[in-house]
Amino acid sequence: MSDIELGFVGSVRYLWRQLTSMRTALFLLLLTGLAAIPGSLIPQRTNGAIPVQDYFKANPGLAKFLDKIWMFDVYGSPWFSAIYILLFISLIGCVIPRVIEHSKSVIAPPPAAPSRLERMEHFRTFEGDFESAEKYLRSKRFRIRQEGDWISAEKGYIREFGNVLFHLSLILILIGVSLGSLFGMKGDSILNIGERFTNIPTNYDSITYGKLFSDRMLSPFVIKADNFVAKYNVVTNMPEDYTLFVSVANKPDAKPVKRIIKVNSPLNFGSTSVYLQANGYSPLVTVRNARGAIVFQGAVPLLPQDGNLSSTGAIKVPDTSPQIGFVASFFPTYEQVKGKPARSSYPEALDPRLFIATYVGDLQVDNGVPQSVYKLNREKMVQVGLKSLKVGETYKFNDGSLTFEGYVPWVNLNIVRDPGKQVALIGGILAILGLLASLFTRHRRVWIRRKGKTLEIAGLAKNAAPGLAKEIENIVKELA
Amino acid sequence: MSAKSWAYISNYFVYSSMVVYTLAFFSHAYETAWSLRNPDVADKSEGNLLTKTLDFTKTEKIARIATSMMILGTALLFGGVVARGISAGRVPWSNMYEFSITGALAFCVTYLFTLRKYDLRWLGLPISILVLLVLGTAITVLYRPSAPLVPALKSTWLVIHVSAAIISGGVFFLANVISGMYLWLDSIEKRGGRNPWAKRLPDLETLDQLAYRLVAFVFPLWTFAVIAGAIWAEHAWGRYWGWDPKETWAFITWVAYAAYLHARVTVGWRGRKAAWLCLFAGSTFIFNYIYVNIWGTGKHTYSGL
Repeated sequence: MSDIELGFVGSVRYLWRQLTSMRTALFLLLLTGLAAIPGSLIPQRTNGAIPVQDYFKANPGLAKFLDKIWMFDVYGSPWFSAIYILLFISLIGCVIPRVIEHSKSVIAPPPAAPSRLERMEHFRTFEGDFESAEKYLRSKRFRIRQEGDWISAEKGYIREFGNVLFHLSLILILIGVSLGSLFGMKGDSILNIGERFTNIPTNYDSITYGKLFSDRMLSPFVIKADNFVAKYNVVTNMPEDYTLFVSVANKPDAKPVKRIIKVNSPLNFGSTSVYLQANGYSPLVTVRNARGAIVFQGAVPLLPQDGNLSSTGAIKVPDTSPQIGFVASFFPTYEQVKGKPARSSYPEALDPRLFIATYVGDLQVDNGVPQSVYKLNREKMVQVGLKSLKVGETYKFNDGSLTFEGYVPWVNLNIVRDPGKQVALIGGILAILGLLASLFTRHRRVWIRRKGKTLEIAGLAKNAAPGLAKEIENIVKELA
Repeated sequence: MSAKSWAYISNYFVYSSMVVYTLAFFSHAYETAWSLRNPDVADKSEGNLLTKTLDFTKTEKIARIATSMMILGTALLFGGVVARGISAGRVPWSNMYEFSITGALAFCVTYLFTLRKYDLRWLGLPISILVLLVLGTAITVLYRPSAPLVPALKSTWLVIHVSAAIISGGVFFLANVISGMYLWLDSIEKRGGRNPWAKRLPDLETLDQLAYRLVAFVFPLWTFAVIAGAIWAEHAWGRYWGWDPKETWAFITWVAYAAYLHARVTVGWRGRKAAWLCLFAGSTFIFNYIYVNIWGTGKHTYSGL
């Protein structure tokens, strides 16, 4: 029995040694780089579903195969995880022995001077004062060991310290990333100006949770969108500045405070941040039925289709019979060139126009199949009319009417909770400090031996770092 | 002065620097060629020219002129970059034209600074060609009128993140030129000794060391560029790392140079293997710059290159 166990332990030890060898680490490092490549060439689900769907439409056969090997989720795939987990195991296996060795060398005095200095680098002899050598080297912050006729001095421990620190902080970054993906969440919510957002799951348009996230972790803040100001360049029509003015309460019953959200300055609640990510227009409409009773009233967010915020979407009125639906287009600055479809020529609302195509029939919103709020399912509907409206105008049709009351901007709030980001940031800062220490400092030893009236001196520079020759020359000058 | 006239001034500076770099190129070419035909050197009585040590003292003057031209060209290019910044009212690195002229500037400044310490003048010829190529492409293909920034780019991190990335790029590019030089000279030596003109280039050991020093020097800066980018991404896009194509390739470059440093320091790779790895790492940077900016998708693509 014991033979088999020994064999097992032996083979585990063998595997461990193979995995933690520098060559394996180097191989895994290069493999991680290569494995990251396909994800930059093939659309990834994490960066948006639509490019992936387009890819499936363009190459159905290939896409199916690629999907089987996780090519649309490369960075969460088992094979990518396997590579980086092996890399980190290998890294830990490399670093831990070095941590132990480094701590020992910091505690222990420098090793004894070699018995034959003439065999070492930078060897020379000179006449000088052995007694002041120790004092001089100590003033140069060398660590000293003196026994009898020799001095062994060592300096530059920080190099190895930096090296170890760098590798340990990479592990810290990985911990930060894992914390974020396990306990984090992210979601989006479109909010019309003037409306209020309470941070509960049902108020999100889309939301994804980390594996260990629970609803109780949502901070209970309330945001009211007071005003939104967008500035555009009048020549290029490009956006120059977006500012969202909000009133914020940390709890639903707390007193709200005024805050500003900009593209590069989110609102922070602990590890949760609220970002201003997109904006558009919501026409304000009132829909009445044939008897003149209001069946729908409110702001309807439409999706921008171009840089000048030509926007499209749908208005659905299910609570009336027959059901009414509108395909809506909004042009903040209306422009119609002959023979071309209507469009917006500037992103600010200088001459707003609402185009509606009216449908009546069955919206099919109650049949259990999820529907996009921006698209009308026209299968069981009949078009009854088309109309272009200015603010204040009303379009009347057989089953009712629609009034274009005005418009408000909407903003998309991107809400992200990432409890690991500070950990990852600290890891990143320590990694840079460790790198600087390990690449820009020198680790070296200097030995001096007294032989009668003459002194012998020699040194050793780890990693063949330059500069020791000059240093030894200075020591000789000082002691001679 | 108006923004437009500053933009014109910037263009004049860039064009003048190209003229001066062309002069530097011809001076370097003349230096190389004239040394080759140096009659003092081709001492027939001694036999094989390939085994002779060459005397380059006679080309010293033209070589000094060439270096002065490099300095002057770089000063003019610096003027061009600064004027571009004034014209746009921000740091001049928000589109590919601006990255290219600033990157060329970083590349030349690195060369000139390294020149103070190492005898790198032999690199003048390939460097002047490369800079002319980069500036030529920039001003003909990539040129865009100077314009203000979109909101996502309005951040101090633009200065920090992009300048660190551009400087890293300039130094990586120089390390690539040296590694390429190494491989070329190595194959020449394997075929039986250097040509006369190649004799004034440093020995292979020096080139190998130099490429390593440049990478080791700039690797922490590149790490900083990536981390600064992550901090900015967290501010602007709500996540510090999202495997956007630009981020992915920055990561690949980082991993490749980390592998290069480990291969050299820990495993003891030298020479050809190390030079190939350095070239590979550098090419991932160039690929990131060209491919991801022009054909790639993702959050790093802003309007019109």
